[in-house]
Amino acid sequence: MGILEVTNVNKRFGGLQALSNVNLDVGQGTVHAIIGPNGAGKSTLLNVLVGKLIPDTGTVMFNGASVLGRKPYEINQLGISRVFQTPEIFGDLTVFENMLIPCFAKRDGAFRLHALESIASEAALIELAEHMLREVNMIDKRHMTASSLSRGDKRRLEMAMCLVQEPKLLLLDEPTAGMARADTNNTIDLLNQIHDSREITMVIIEHDMHVVFSLAKRITVLAQGTPLVEDTPENIKGHPKVKEAYLGEAAA
Amino acid sequence: MLGLSKKDTTFLLIVIFLTLATPILLQPFPEGSPLAQFNAGYPDLMQRFAIYGIFAIGFNILFGLTGYLSFGHAAFLGVGSYSVVWMYKLLSYNVLPGLILAIITSALFALLIGYVSLRRSGIYFSILTLAFAQMSFNLAYSVLTPLTNGETGLQVYTDDPQVLMSAGAPTSPHLFGIVMNESTKIDVNGWQFTFSNGYYFCAIIAIVVFYLSLRIFRSPFGIMLRAIKTNQTRMSYTGLNARPYTLAAFVISGMYAGLAGGLLAAMDPLAGAERMQWTASGEVVLMTILGGAGTLMGPVLGAGFIKYFENIFSKINDTILHSWFSALPDGLEDAVVFMLHPFIGKGWNLTLGLLFMLVVIFLPGGLIEGGTRIWNLVTGKSRKTRSIVKDSEHQPKPPVHVN
Ligand SMILES: Nc1ncnc2c1ncn2[C@@H]1O[C@H](COP(=O)(O)OP(=O)(O)O)[C@@H](O)[C@H]1O
Ligand SMILES: [Mg+2]
Repeated sequence: MGILEVTNVNKRFGGLQALSNVNLDVGQGTVHAIIGPNGAGKSTLLNVLVGKLIPDTGTVMFNGASVLGRKPYEINQLGISRVFQTPEIFGDLTVFENMLIPCFAKRDGAFRLHALESIASEAALIELAEHMLREVNMIDKRHMTASSLSRGDKRRLEMAMCLVQEPKLLLLDEPTAGMARADTNNTIDLLNQIHDSREITMVIIEHDMHVVFSLAKRITVLAQGTPLVEDTPENIKGHPKVKEAYLGEAAA
Repeated sequence: MLGLSKKDTTFLLIVIFLTLATPILLQPFPEGSPLAQFNAGYPDLMQRFAIYGIFAIGFNILFGLTGYLSFGHAAFLGVGSYSVVWMYKLLSYNVLPGLILAIITSALFALLIGYVSLRRSGIYFSILTLAFAQMSFNLAYSVLTPLTNGETGLQVYTDDPQVLMSAGAPTSPHLFGIVMNESTKIDVNGWQFTFSNGYYFCAIIAIVVFYLSLRIFRSPFGIMLRAIKTNQTRMSYTGLNARPYTLAAFVISGMYAGLAGGLLAAMDPLAGAERMQWTASGEVVLMTILGGAGTLMGPVLGAGFIKYFENIFSKINDTILHSWFSALPDGLEDAVVFMLHPFIGKGWNLTLGLLFMLVVIFLPGGLIEGGTRIWNLVTGKSRKTRSIVKDSEHQPKPPVHVN
């Protein structure tokens, strides 16, 4: 029994079958990659997992509870965090303030009227936020406005904001899209380091095969909304069906 | 001190000093000099500075922090005034029960209006608040006349119960015997300073609520509100529910408005429906933007600026203009007066409109940005106004989902 179980999920957009009969079982503590050509339905699947889209049929169970019909903030509280294809951060706030918000959300829940409390008195949370910034090497940028960060740093910050909440499941939608090679390698190292130091299960959608094979323990290949195969990275590399559907195409 | 950082404590002390010294600072010209008409140190005007300052401080907590632009805050102003006058009629001229009631009723109104309006954001939110305020105005003006006395406005009559009124008690608004419209005049070598009870009452309340807004700005709650303005998608994916945060901000700013409305009636024991009209709602928007939305002092400056120039410009008439330009040849004098005529007296709103346009176009961060620019010019500091300029996009960014 995995931490995340997707059973018989179907989703149509008008005449287009974006997901058809998707079954997915993500084991506790693993890094599970979902790959597939453009338009395969990867992002759609992710949106189903976080409650943004409701599938036409099927169930999505996380730790034994259904996620369907819950709002994104409720799903986060179950322990699912998400990194977006384009980093979603609080652009007008400083890096440090960005970091504080998930710390407060983790401690206080969806809402708390802490209107007359001072931030300076929250020593434990400040410590937590600074610790996380140090871990992602951004402590010296703490006073910068987040919107002025480089793309790689924005991604790094977004990831740190997710991680500080200690999610049970981290969903990453193309975390290295648009990054330079050096930033990509940094991100891979960061994710590996996170995975080694914490017991976080990760589901990662990725185009870059270098990233996939550096991170994933298991890989599902999605094509035209259907999972083709699910296997270890070694077996996927040599799988004829995969070569045909995806790797072959990428190599061409 | 007081749960504030050192910098904020200094800032607060400066604000307290300026507020308490206002009757002196705003009286720079000696009595009888031709410039005395530009003095602003008389009670009626100073009270309006403090009261509209409170109104704008509260409005800024909603608009400046979350970016939700309410066009209906005058409704709470009116509710506050009616509450205070009712307490005069039922209990006595002591302002305290009325002000407490004003804060409670405006909070309840804000809870209702905010609960409905905050289901939408952007322009739809603004229109919903405007619609609610116009409904409140119409209710006050014609439907609920037993409560509001309609067109005439609510006032105290001699046959009102006033059950707590003792024999020798003051017959105008007071706080435990301190009568609001009494004042002490002090003459110093031709200068005349008026220290009015009413002004100091408003000023002390203004200082307290300014301090509260400072605390809110610096609190975790304040950061959450700014986060809402910046990125609601990240907000919800961080496990936070934006709705109760915006509703709390709406209610708090409604309570500020109710308090301001209550103080208006504490200075002058009347309440009329026109206080709820959309022009009054628009005025606080202008004050906040003109001064600098999202900044601590901006809205107060904006309120003072508008109330001061409203006062000056509406006092100027053609006769005064003629006396100013009497040095010019007759034909030219008449022409100048003719051209300026639309901008003075009742035409003050035209001037305000022009001023507002100039500020929005050239100083999107408001008077505060202007001050910062001048300060940087003087001290030769680098251009650090960028972040303030950016802050002028006062709209909560709607959740945009990227796949
Ligand atoms: N909201 C939507 N409405 C209509 N069609 C959509 C929507 N979202 C995705 N699609 C379509 O569904 C298919 C799968 O899209 P997507 O999940 O974004 O693919 P991927 O992320 O694998 O590239 C595409 O053909 C896309 O055009
Ligand atoms: Mg995609």
